[in-house]
Amino acid sequence: MNEKTRITQFAELEAPLDLAKYIESGGYQGLLAAMAKTPDELIGIIKDSGLRGRGGAGFPTGQKWESVAAAKEPYLVCNADEGEPGTFKDRFILEKAPYLVLEGMTIAALAIDAHQGYIYIRGEYPEIAKNLATAIEKAKAGGYLGNDILTNGFSFDVAVRVGGGSYVVGDETALLNSLMGNRGYPMLKPPFPTEKGLWEKPTVVNNVETLACVPIILACGATAFSSVGSRDCPGYKLFSLSGHVATPGVYELPMGTKVREVLEKAGGVTGTLKAIQIGGTAGPIFGPVALDYCLDFPSMRKVGGALGSGAIVAINTSVNMAHVLEVTMRFFAQESCGHCFPCRYGTRQLDYMARRIALGSGRADYLDLMRETAAVMVGASFCPFGQSVALPLTSLLDGFGDEIASFITEQDYLKEVEA
Amino acid sequence: METTFMTSRDTLLSALHETQSREKGKSWITDGEALQIARRYHIPLAELDGIVSFYKMFAREKRGSHIIRLCDSLSCRVRGSLDLYHHVRRKLGIQAGMTTPDGRFTLEIVNCLGACDKAPNLMIDDSLVSGITIGAIDTLLDAMQEAEL
Ligand SMILES: Cc1cc2nc3c(=O)[nH]c(=O)nc-3n(C[C@H](O)[C@H](O)[C@H](O)COP(=O)(O)O)c2cc1C
Ligand code: SF4
Ligand code: FES
Repeated sequence: MNEKTRITQFAELEAPLDLAKYIESGGYQGLLAAMAKTPDELIGIIKDSGLRGRGGAGFPTGQKWESVAAAKEPYLVCNADEGEPGTFKDRFILEKAPYLVLEGMTIAALAIDAHQGYIYIRGEYPEIAKNLATAIEKAKAGGYLGNDILTNGFSFDVAVRVGGGSYVVGDETALLNSLMGNRGYPMLKPPFPTEKGLWEKPTVVNNVETLACVPIILACGATAFSSVGSRDCPGYKLFSLSGHVATPGVYELPMGTKVREVLEKAGGVTGTLKAIQIGGTAGPIFGPVALDYCLDFPSMRKVGGALGSGAIVAINTSVNMAHVLEVTMRFFAQESCGHCFPCRYGTRQLDYMARRIALGSGRADYLDLMRETAAVMVGASFCPFGQSVALPLTSLLDGFGDEIASFITEQDYLKEVEA
Repeated sequence: METTFMTSRDTLLSALHETQSREKGKSWITDGEALQIARRYHIPLAELDGIVSFYKMFAREKRGSHIIRLCDSLSCRVRGSLDLYHHVRRKLGIQAGMTTPDGRFTLEIVNCLGACDKAPNLMIDDSLVSGITIGAIDTLLDAMQEAEL
């Protein structure tokens, strides 16, 4: 059988919930391979593969697993809260290849000796949550999940838990709070979830795409996985392309691919490219210079950005950047969890000023005020959410400040004419 | 120590979802239901209310039989979500966050629904409606109005 090296190859099945078809097309080869290995060997393979978490932070997955190796019965949580604007690759995987995620979770459970896993999925994906529950039942009936998996003596169960509508809950500590039936406030790190997670027990939280890479690594080998992509950030990556591109969608390309090439895969930009947001709303908004950036965690960090979830939103010249500013600030104000003052209050101030600007009643000094507000939030906010507002804001003001400033003065001029 | 009631807390959000949409056309958690859930999970009502109010999808006050969640994040915005909002707003005669006087629809502006490739998007209750145009939303809302006459 030809081994599949990419997630999209598993996503081509017509009936994603058909377990037999999944197995026929090469599914569960990774788990079979994993069954013959010790937990230490499994962790070693994932470390050798160089797999980095696909949820946004890019933390080495093998290292994360290793840190709970000594723990007794840790929990495994699949982060399917996908809320980052512009991101839809986890939906793609969960809809098209649910068994790949379950297989990845089972291999992870073998490696860290977990017996209970959870998939925390955002409340806005109710259909997918239902399908996942079906897939879990089928996997159990087939002997791939539950008690005595593949009569190998190992037991692992997975439960689906549905969120209630909150972006911040995507943060792993907030997610654990929410999973325990609390308000989804983030928690201070350390202690990290790997030390103290669900019900105080060591817990590994991994993104959907990260877990979907695991069976592929086991089936193809760590070397095959790491032979693709950047040297210190290997493998294929799913990019979510949207906005002004000809054929928006999910594209799987090697880590380190240039923005220009990824856009070409999506049929190119429609109209004239003006700006690109990379990594989600918490990422910077670049000008066309970003076309030459390489899309992997270290390379994006070098240019002052972040790969984040791999979201790429193309914006053409028909868009007024004052509106982009407004949409971005409204996101932060709407999604701030309200736990700490600097973010709760700061995001509202930013939203107010951005809205005034977009409405044509902005003041010239707003731009500096916004910068100052964001700077305070970087230092004083409790969690990465409040700290991250400065990235999109500063990039917008640095790259498109003149346009926004002249928009403000033009509106003044219009008002004078009207008066 | 891990007690049974502590472990079962992980089903709380699912219970809230189920309770909230138990009957057709009901999209909120009543006082009686809140009390019941609080008892079942051994938590004070005030704590339950605190949890419910944290999440945008739950409500403790009566709202429309149908919840329209219109995405206005960047990918939808650059593909026309604002025009759609203005249209729906005029058609239903309400602003975001409000319910129509006949109690049929509540309109909300939300952030990314994770379907940006098919923007602009909205959800009506549990269903995602993608690539919507003004014509399509008209047809949809009219059909819903008629179905419930
Ligand atoms: C505000 C915020 C939102 C986040 N949202 C998500 C999310 O939607 N999905 C996700 O997998 N990780 C999200 N993360 C990252 C998680 O905290 C965590 O790093 C990740 O789930 C770990 O999985 P990985 O190592 O496989 O990437 C978010 C982080 C922050 C700070
Ligand atoms: S920074 Fe914002 S999101 Fe994070 S804890 Fe504070 S209020 Fe909540
Ligand atoms: S921006 Fe609207 S669905 Fe993602």
